[in-house]
Amino acid sequence: MSTRYQQALDSVTRVRGVRGAMLVAGEDGLIVAEALMEGVRGKAVAALAASLQKRFRQAMEAAAAGNPHFLHLQGDGGTLIVVPAPDGILVVAVGAPDMNVGLVRLEMLRAAEAIA
Amino acid sequence: MASDIKTMSAELARDPASLVFVELAEALRQRGQLEHAERVVLGGLEHHPDLLEAHDLYARVLVDAGTYERAVQVWTRVLDSDPRHLGAHKGLGFLNFRTGDLDGALEHLELALAANPSDQSVIRALHTVRGAAAEAAAEAEAAQEDAAAEGEDAVFAGLEGAGNGLLLVDDRGRVLGGRIEGEKGVDVSEAVAAFLAGAAQEAERTARMLGLGDWQWLVTEGPDGNVYVTPPTADTLLLIQRDRSVPSGRLAMLAERAGAVARQWLEGQAL
Repeated sequence: MSTRYQQALDSVTRVRGVRGAMLVAGEDGLIVAEALMEGVRGKAVAALAASLQKRFRQAMEAAAAGNPHFLHLQGDGGTLIVVPAPDGILVVAVGAPDMNVGLVRLEMLRAAEAIA
Repeated sequence: MASDIKTMSAELARDPASLVFVELAEALRQRGQLEHAERVVLGGLEHHPDLLEAHDLYARVLVDAGTYERAVQVWTRVLDSDPRHLGAHKGLGFLNFRTGDLDGALEHLELALAANPSDQSVIRALHTVRGAAAEAAAEAEAAQEDAAAEGEDAVFAGLEGAGNGLLLVDDRGRVLGGRIEGEKGVDVSEAVAAFLAGAAQEAERTARMLGLGDWQWLVTEGPDGNVYVTPPTADTLLLIQRDRSVPSGRLAMLAERAGAVARQWLEGQAL
């Protein structure tokens, strides 16, 4: 994994509560780069995040809200955040339900810019 | 007619048991001398208590006098004795029509027609009542459609964005209420609902498979608006759309209120 990608993911995983961050190919849901804590199922996260992003992009476009640049799924036991980066790459983070979403969002947007 | 009445009155005076009382009472009724008609018919019924035509006439006198409840009782008793009595069915048909009971009116008039298929007054009355019934049915249908349309808007009535930006759909992608407008104000609710159902299933699957627990809500931010999606009940989805100036935290607050309103509305629909 390139240092650029690694640095981008590290800045995300440094936020408290984040259990893993990944770069995922948006089209096919394959992992491009990852920084995951033990126990996080990288392949599943990548595939599901890409699929979720695709589905909600359709709903957003139908609602004339445009292509989403931030997606946040909140479960009662955890959080998934997806930020599309240029070239069809998705920055994905999973974490605790009470993680600081504002900070994670900021770092993910920076990561998306950094890998462009 | 006055001389007839005088003649019949004289005959009845001579013979109080004479059946002429029926004709006399009818003549008096037609002249609007209702109290006199009532006295005559009740006097005659003392001698002929089983004469159904006299009871029928008495009921018509009562109707002319505005004593409808008593008339219904009299005609009902007539029908107890003769279920096919033409006059009683006609009378009850008229009274039911008068009180707005169109089904009851139709029932009695149809029985009257069965008793005498050539009775032109019954045919005319049936025509009138059937027309009124058809009109009432059309009005009821229109009222139902209006209520349904109002119901859709009423889901979020009073909430910010009730006319555009709130959408309640079922888990099969059907709109239950609310409205989302696309470009140029075009209603895109159906399309959004269709995509939303699939997207929500994906959210549920993702949360389950990644161990995130039950999904509570999902927010997406786009260049032209932010969207918040949450399941207010197990089989419905609520979508809130606002422009980018509304932050996701505010969307969450709106969603909480709209979700409570939607749940209340859904409970009301289930009753």
